[in-house]
Amino acid sequence: MCLKHVPDTAANIRPLGGTAFDESVKFIMNPYDEYALEQALLIREGCPGAEIIAVTVGREAAASTLRTALALGADRAIHVRTEAYFTDPIETGRLLHQAISRDGSPDLILTGRQSIDTETMQTPYRLGVFFDMPVVINVVAFSMADGLVTVEREIEGDIREVIEMAMPCIVGATKELNQPRSATLPDMMKAKKKEIRVMTRADLGAAPGLPAVELLGLQAVPDRGQGRMLEGSPDAMAQELLHILRADHTL
Amino acid sequence: MAKIGVLIETREGQVKKTTLGILTAARQDPAGEVYALLLDPHPEACSETLKQYGADRIVAIRTKEQNISSFPEGQAAALASACDHFQLDVLLGSSGLAGRDLLARVASLKGAPLVLDCLQVDLVKGVVRKSHFSGRTTAELKLSARPWILGIRPNAVPERVDPRLGEIIEYKVAGPFPKRMAIRGIRKGDAGGPDVSEAEIVISGGRAMGSAENFQILRECASRLGAAVGATRAAVDAGYAPHSMQVGQTGKTVSPRLYIACGISGSVQHFAGMKTSKVIVGINKDKDAPIFQKCDYGLLGDLFEIVPALTKALSKE
Repeated sequence: MCLKHVPDTAANIRPLGGTAFDESVKFIMNPYDEYALEQALLIREGCPGAEIIAVTVGREAAASTLRTALALGADRAIHVRTEAYFTDPIETGRLLHQAISRDGSPDLILTGRQSIDTETMQTPYRLGVFFDMPVVINVVAFSMADGLVTVEREIEGDIREVIEMAMPCIVGATKELNQPRSATLPDMMKAKKKEIRVMTRADLGAAPGLPAVELLGLQAVPDRGQGRMLEGSPDAMAQELLHILRADHTL
Repeated sequence: MAKIGVLIETREGQVKKTTLGILTAARQDPAGEVYALLLDPHPEACSETLKQYGADRIVAIRTKEQNISSFPEGQAAALASACDHFQLDVLLGSSGLAGRDLLARVASLKGAPLVLDCLQVDLVKGVVRKSHFSGRTTAELKLSARPWILGIRPNAVPERVDPRLGEIIEYKVAGPFPKRMAIRGIRKGDAGGPDVSEAEIVISGGRAMGSAENFQILRECASRLGAAVGATRAAVDAGYAPHSMQVGQTGKTVSPRLYIACGISGSVQHFAGMKTSKVIVGINKDKDAPIFQKCDYGLLGDLFEIVPALTKALSKE
């Protein structure tokens, strides 16, 4: 299963010019990847002997998220170590593919539907082409039998599609798929003994023409200021609001 | 002359409203030729709208597969084939759930650069702006190799009428298409109503709604406003609303013209999903609620009084 080390959901991200930002914030496992890992753990409960390998592409600090995955129950981990924080999305897919292929042949690849930092929303699809496997993301229900995976994915509104895929395949998890467990202190101690295999970008060859998308810079998005407070009874406030919204053509 | 393809999404044979702004974005390159790409094989019902909003050519993509819509990989292969055939320099689409899925499949098949959820696009320079870190920053990104494949956040570019000839062309894709993955059916939840991520007006409730039943007052107001109803993570986790309605970091990102937050304190995780709304209105009985510090208009009071008052005021006219 593929996961990413990202700033906490509540972290205040402060750009420092160019592509730099203040990284002295708390980092966590990408929230969507928690659902993917939990699904892997649930699958293993029903398939004794199954092995869960947590894989990430990231800098040295990303190892802490791999440790979390190991504490939660992953059997071992692979860390593709990079120098820069930001990696081209095609390159991320290529590195994951190379690292996973050198390790073995997965029957199933689970990951979150997207990361909450760069939000490129494409890694599962890139992996799909590199591995030549079918992909479904936004998965909220999962079952597996006889080499066939059946998932439900959210589409617009409160509608879900039921999709069947032949294994091996790639699943992008989202909230509602399951309830991720949390790790206990003994789990964390045990995780320290588990293996993290480190690979470097140089180990995995190079691809021409990348980056295909270059990050030029990050800009802060200031919050809008204090709102204009309306006054009076509920009816008076409602009427004033409609008056304002019509006057500025919002309505 | 740049050739710009636009993935046209339809609903019940009509062009989806969120697609019109994508056509407008495509027209920004004065030297561009805009191809409206339809996977729906019946372009007649849509062609007038597509012409009105700037399609130079309307491409009806036809396949031998009867149920191509059940095979997302087949749809992507057909679209990728059309990109090659018409030598498109750019493929644009709406970054809603459906468009995003197809664009990502096409980009991966072609090994082409892809940026989804763009807030701004410059089709001449190949520079786009999108959210990073859940809306706390934006990133400026430059695409290199062609075709550039871009998904634009629904409602980020307002549509504009710009009539063109809209010549209809038929493009047949031979296939065969992979069938290792297929849509077997759909399941409808009970939330109903339009989807928050594409709506032009959204009214959302937080934990203060108190129950699933109480969301009815938002639905009544929404039907007067032509709005979709959303919810916070707290309201979803409390079981008041399904996840499909969740706006925020682990839910959907919305960019409506008007966002009305009812009984929502205004966490950073919630703002991550709605801060690009044009106008934000907060209704809360706590005068210190963070929502009032970062909205356009604040209504201090009980949402169970203010929302019905709003519904009443709307129904008077």
